[in-house]
Amino acid sequence: MMSKQADRFWRRVIVAAPYVWLFVFFLVPFAIIFKISLADPQIAQPPFTPTFDESGSLSITFDSFLFLLSDKLYIVTYLKSLLMASVATVLCLLLGFPMAYGIARSATRVRNLLLLLIILPFWISFLLRVYAWMGLLNNYGVINNTLMWLGAIEQPLQLIYTDFAVYLGLVYSYLPFMILPLYASLERMDLDLIDAAQDLGATPSQAFWNITLPLAKPGVIAGCLLVFIPTIGEYVVPYLLGGPESLMIGRVLFDEFFVNRDWPLASSVAMVLLTLLVVPIVFLQRNQARQNEAAA
Amino acid sequence: MADGTGFIQIRGVSKHFGDFVAVDSVDLDIQRGELFSILGGSGCGKTTLLRMMAGFETPTSGQIFIDDVDVSHQPPYQRPVNMMFQSYAIFPHMTVEKNIAYGLRKENVARLEIESRVHAILQLVQLDDFAQRMPDQLSGGQRQRVALARALVKQPKVLLLDEPLAALDKKLREQTQFELMNIQDKLGITFIVVTHDQEEAMILSSRIAVMDRGRFRQIGTPKEVYEYPVSRFVADFIGTINLFDGVVETVDGRIATVKAEDTDVPLNCEADARLCPGDKVCVAVRPEKIFISKNAPDDPDDTALKGVVEDLGYFGNLSLYRIRLPGGKMIQVSAQNRHRSAERSLDWDDDIYISWRARSAALLLE
Repeated sequence: MMSKQADRFWRRVIVAAPYVWLFVFFLVPFAIIFKISLADPQIAQPPFTPTFDESGSLSITFDSFLFLLSDKLYIVTYLKSLLMASVATVLCLLLGFPMAYGIARSATRVRNLLLLLIILPFWISFLLRVYAWMGLLNNYGVINNTLMWLGAIEQPLQLIYTDFAVYLGLVYSYLPFMILPLYASLERMDLDLIDAAQDLGATPSQAFWNITLPLAKPGVIAGCLLVFIPTIGEYVVPYLLGGPESLMIGRVLFDEFFVNRDWPLASSVAMVLLTLLVVPIVFLQRNQARQNEAAA
Repeated sequence: MADGTGFIQIRGVSKHFGDFVAVDSVDLDIQRGELFSILGGSGCGKTTLLRMMAGFETPTSGQIFIDDVDVSHQPPYQRPVNMMFQSYAIFPHMTVEKNIAYGLRKENVARLEIESRVHAILQLVQLDDFAQRMPDQLSGGQRQRVALARALVKQPKVLLLDEPLAALDKKLREQTQFELMNIQDKLGITFIVVTHDQEEAMILSSRIAVMDRGRFRQIGTPKEVYEYPVSRFVADFIGTINLFDGVVETVDGRIATVKAEDTDVPLNCEADARLCPGDKVCVAVRPEKIFISKNAPDDPDDTALKGVVEDLGYFGNLSLYRIRLPGGKMIQVSAQNRHRSAERSLDWDDDIYISWRARSAALLLE
C-alpha cells in the first residue's frame, strides 16, 4: 500500500514538473509584462505606475496600446517585420529545399558530413557570426575591397545598413532551421515511391510535384514556422546590419525599453507581437501533433 | 532490329556498376502471355535485370525489345511496362482509389473512363469496399492487391513483379499465388516475376530462368529445371539433392556406370550421347527418388548402397532420413508416409539399403 501511494506521489511530481516550469518561467513573466503594459510610464524606480494605487483601487490604462495605433511608426514596423520575416522564410525555403534534397539523396558517408557542415556554424556564437558579416559587408570590408582591387567597381557598394544586408543576415542565420526539418521528412521517404510514379507514367518533374512535395509537406511547414517565428522578432540582425529603413519590431522593442525607458509601451509592443505569433505557433504545434500521430 | 522470336527479347544485355558486373551479357526470349520467373539468390543480378526492363537502369550494353520496339533507352514513363514493387510503393498520401487512378491520370484518360476502369480492377482484386481507405488502414495482403491493381489498371504489355509475395505470411502467400495465376490467366498479360523463393517460382511459372552471378544458368519449365538440371549449381540451388562426384567408367548402351569418390559401388545412370569413359561428372539424385529397404533390391540396373540411419525426421505427410554411407557421406532420403502406424518401420542406427533407378539419377557435366 505504502509503495503504491509513494508511486502515485512521484508520478504526480513528474507530471507536475513541466507545468511548474512553464508557470514560473513563462506564465509569470507573461503576467508581469501584461501588467506593465496596462500601466503609465513614470520617472521613478520602477519606471511605471503600480497596478493598485494608494487607496487600493485598480489603476489600469490602455494608453500604451492606443498609442501603438495612433503612431503610424508601429503599424508600419509590424507590417515591415511581417514582410521581412515572410520574405526571409521564402528565401530560406527556396535555398533550403534543394540543399535538404541533395543531402537526403547523397551517399550515407557524405550525408553525415554534409549535415555536420549545416550544424557547424552553431559552434560559434550567433553574435560573432553577425559581426563577421559586418566585416564582410562594410564599405571597406572584404567584399568591397576585393571588388575594387579587381577593378570591377570604383566606389564601394553600399552593402551594409540596407534591407539586403538584413535579408542576407536572416537567411544566413536561420537557414539550418529550414534545412533540418526538410531533410528529416525527405530522408525517410521511400525512394520506390518516385520510381513507382515514373513507372505509372509520371515525368520526373510530375513525380516531384505529385509525390515528393506532398510527402515533404510536414517538413516544409515545420521549417517555415521555425524560420518565421524567430525572425519576426529578430533584434540582432536588423540592429547590426540594417539601415534606417529596415525597421523591425524587435529593434523598436529594444529601443522602447532601453533607450526611451517607456516600459509600458515596450510591454504593449511585446504583447501585440506575441498575439501575432500565437497563430503560427498553434499551427506549428498542430502540425507536429499530426506528425507524431502519423509516426505512431 | 529485333529478329522476331519473342514478345520480349533481351539481347546481350550487360550492366556494370563500376567494376562490379551485375548482369553479364544475358540473352532471353519471353513469349506473349507467359508467366516467367527469374530465380536466384540475393545479388545474382535478377533485380537489376528487372529494373532495366522497367527503365530504372540503362544497360551498359545490349538491347531490350518489347513487342518489337527497342526500349533500351526509353525512360520508365514511356515504356508499355508496369512494375509491382517489393515494398509495394503505395503512395501514402492518396486513397486506394487515387493510387490506382494515378497512372491513368498521367495518361490523360477521360475522367469517366478512369472511374470505370478503376472500379473494374478493384472488383478483380476484391477491394471494392476499400476504395476510399488510406493505405495505412490496409492489411499487408490488401496493400499487395492495391499495388497489383495499380499496375494492372494501365493494361501494360508486360507486368514486372519484384518478389511479389515475399512480404506476406505463409498462408496468405499460398492463397495469393493462385490468385495471381488466375488474374494472369484472365487478363493474358505477360508476367515477369523476380524471386529468390524456388517454391514460388515452381508453382507460379510457365518457365523459370535460374540466375547466378549475372548470368542465366538454365532456362526451362519448372519440371525441366527440377528433374533435368544442366549443372551442379542448378541442381543444388533448386530443391534438395544428393551429389556424387566421380568419373565415367563404362558406357554401355543406355546405361553408364560412374565410379564415385564416396563409394566403391559403381553408380548406374542413364547414358548421354556426349558421354565418354574417363569424363569427370557428377551424379545427382533427389531425396524422393531414393527407396529405403532392409533387404538388397534385386534389379541389376538399380544402384543400391548400404547405409545406416543416422537421423530421421517425421513431418506428418513425409519422413526425412539422413543415411550415412560406409565412407561417411550423408545421403538425404524422403519417403511418403503412406500407411498409418504408430510404430516406426525404421529406427536410428538401423542397417539398411538405399537404391534408385538408373533413370532417376541426373548426370551433370559441369
